[in-house]
Amino acid sequence: MKFRHFALGAAAAVLAGATTLTAVPVQAQDTIYVPLLTYRTGPFANSGIPIADGMHDYLRMLNERDGGIGGARIVVEECETGYDTKKGIECYESTKGKGPVVYNPYSTGITLQMIPKATADKIPVLSMAYGLSASAKGNIFPWIFNPPATYWDGASVFIRHVAEQSGGLDKLKGKKIGLIHLDAPFGKEPIALLEALGKKYGFELKLYPVAASDMQNQGSVWLNIRRDRPDWIYNQGWGAMNPTAVKEAAKNNFPMERLVGVWWAGGDDDARAGGDAAKGYKSLNFHAAGTNFPVIQDIQKHVVDKGLSKAPKEKVGENLYNRGVYNSMLIAEAVRTAQKITGKKAINSEDMRKGLEALDITPARLKEMGMDGFAAPVKLSCDDHNGHNKVYVAQWDGTKWVKGSEWMDPMKDDVMPLIDTAAADYAKSNNWPARSEACQKGS
Amino acid sequence: MFYREAGQYKTSYPSDMAVFPIAQDRIGIGLILAAAFIFIPMVASDFIMSSVMIPFLVFSLAAIGLNILTGYTGLISLGTGAFMGVGAYACYKLTTIFPGVNIIVWIIVSGFFSAFVGIIFGIPSLRIKGFYLAVATLAAQFFLQWCFVRIPWLYNYNASGAIEVGTRTLFGIPIVGPNATPEVRYYVLLCIVVALTWIASNIVHGRIGRSWMAVRDMDIAAELMGIKLLDTKLLAFAVSSFYAGVAGACMMFLWYGGGEASDAFNINQSFNILFMVIIGGLGSLIGSFFGAAFISMLPTVLKFGLPAIGIPLSGATAEHLIHIMVGGLIIFFLIVEPHGLARLWQIGKQKLRMWPFPY
Repeated sequence: MKFRHFALGAAAAVLAGATTLTAVPVQAQDTIYVPLLTYRTGPFANSGIPIADGMHDYLRMLNERDGGIGGARIVVEECETGYDTKKGIECYESTKGKGPVVYNPYSTGITLQMIPKATADKIPVLSMAYGLSASAKGNIFPWIFNPPATYWDGASVFIRHVAEQSGGLDKLKGKKIGLIHLDAPFGKEPIALLEALGKKYGFELKLYPVAASDMQNQGSVWLNIRRDRPDWIYNQGWGAMNPTAVKEAAKNNFPMERLVGVWWAGGDDDARAGGDAAKGYKSLNFHAAGTNFPVIQDIQKHVVDKGLSKAPKEKVGENLYNRGVYNSMLIAEAVRTAQKITGKKAINSEDMRKGLEALDITPARLKEMGMDGFAAPVKLSCDDHNGHNKVYVAQWDGTKWVKGSEWMDPMKDDVMPLIDTAAADYAKSNNWPARSEACQKGS
Repeated sequence: MFYREAGQYKTSYPSDMAVFPIAQDRIGIGLILAAAFIFIPMVASDFIMSSVMIPFLVFSLAAIGLNILTGYTGLISLGTGAFMGVGAYACYKLTTIFPGVNIIVWIIVSGFFSAFVGIIFGIPSLRIKGFYLAVATLAAQFFLQWCFVRIPWLYNYNASGAIEVGTRTLFGIPIVGPNATPEVRYYVLLCIVVALTWIASNIVHGRIGRSWMAVRDMDIAAELMGIKLLDTKLLAFAVSSFYAGVAGACMMFLWYGGGEASDAFNINQSFNILFMVIIGGLGSLIGSFFGAAFISMLPTVLKFGLPAIGIPLSGATAEHLIHIMVGGLIIFFLIVEPHGLARLWQIGKQKLRMWPFPY
């Protein structure tokens, strides 16, 4: 009897909730539909939630503060992928009919799936500093964009940082450099570049793969690290692997300032897990952390304080949150550029591609957006869909991420040949169609 | 009243041994096939085709494979995901080495590679049974998955470790790759699934199937009756892995269209397919379809169907709720009918035969 009452009550509550929430907001005439593929569940949720919040909040802020971009409101729809490729394709298939201007797959696996599909469907993919490094070649991948830097650029900046700390590139000779990486395509990405640089500069590369099932159980890997005693370690990890690596490094007395993570290994929670011992942990970055920027303060004012964000107040401004903001800023700027080129308010996916190719975020524009010092300028072109932009090394001071180096250029001379070969290989093995999209003037 | 076999006399042995001895069943299967071939492609959108129907068919095929091993022969396997992977990688290697041969041929042939690997990992089944065998097949899962990551030859030394599926055509129509429409992929897959189900149905109803079931019910008795245990068990492993391999190749080529394959064939996939077989019904082909529908379709239908009918669920909350709902439904069905959905179906048919009389 009691159960029945409860069930009835619950059903009524659900129904009542459903009717109040279904009141669909009246849509303005000019809208731009941006699906966000996010993951707030699954094994990588701890990294996925702040990014999802940051991406959502920036676009929401533009809607609240400016009424959208160039007069067109942004319609944001989140689709939960759980970092699962199967669900990612489901999200793609279910949203592609609604006129999306761009996709952010937020998983290397989903990106790889999407590259051929989105190219056939003529929808741009913005895989911001992840995905297929070779897709930086705009003349082969007209629909795929991966600014501001590839994993190879990142690994080269790491080597540059090591050289700087050791007193020059010639001092790299005879050094042992370890790469602790997720044993999956994403983790193995930097190997090719580090091997090439190792040959060039004479350092020895040691590989420490961590299987996805062993992310939180790295004891044996660190035993090997203790035996080999590498001088520096580069961490190409994601999700639960990063806090574990930081904890293990602390436990094994590995000098923390010589453990450098890729930008995806730079979450606040990743470093916090190591406690006091994590002080000094480094990670590459292409934007700043913290709330000390007008853009983040605008988000706080227009979105977070009004209760429109899912992010807890204290998480706003964390490193991965800001990464989401940066990602959305790229989307918004590309939309703005596309509007300028085409003269339309409600652009479509083909206009968006032109906007992305002509993307030019100058220092003046950064200042205008309230991002002075937040990020380095980004310029893409018809040929270069990545930009190979400057990256810096962030350092964990025990409570937050601070700048640990100057902005450094990647070693483009070493990275470009790898990208050219990889892109040519991809085109050859896939019978990839030649680019038919014309380049914009001046890009 | 309508579903009653009264007056249908069997006058020959073949008609007595037919898979569908009752005329109404034959009409029913004809209707289902007509719906699958004509009705669904007519009304379903691209999204339903590519995200609901194609996964359903792929998993049905894999579930049939595991059902042959677990349901009919009584050998528990946790390596189905890996055997699917063998099929996918075999198909990939074959189509890159011989791009001229039609991809459908390679999808079927890749099943034989998987069957071969299945036989090797099936050898311990002569000595060990039950949970111990499950652990032995778990070794297959881990070893094969390790191979998928660590042997770059398998994915043609691709920098991202991904399988890349280029466009392949049949009579000039792209059936595989980014330019293949969901309808075409669905038809190709449907033909493969129907053909292989028909073959499986003939196998399990014939001499081989009977020897499998004899081994399942009591292997010592089966041996005393003259059934060679090793041959029978290995054959079950081979046929089961063949189906899994074809399902894996279909998954990569007709559904996913390439990508990070090593991850798609992980232990979770094996568990999923085992759950499909258990919930659908052990030792039942139709149960494999029910199980696949339940496990693969339900989350997608809930995730995208509920918002479509006006229940605003989105993002993470929806994901959590769907997990809860699917879990609850699994428990519900197993309490209502521990022998799986196939048994529920059988009871329903029995009731229908009696209708409108209560007994």
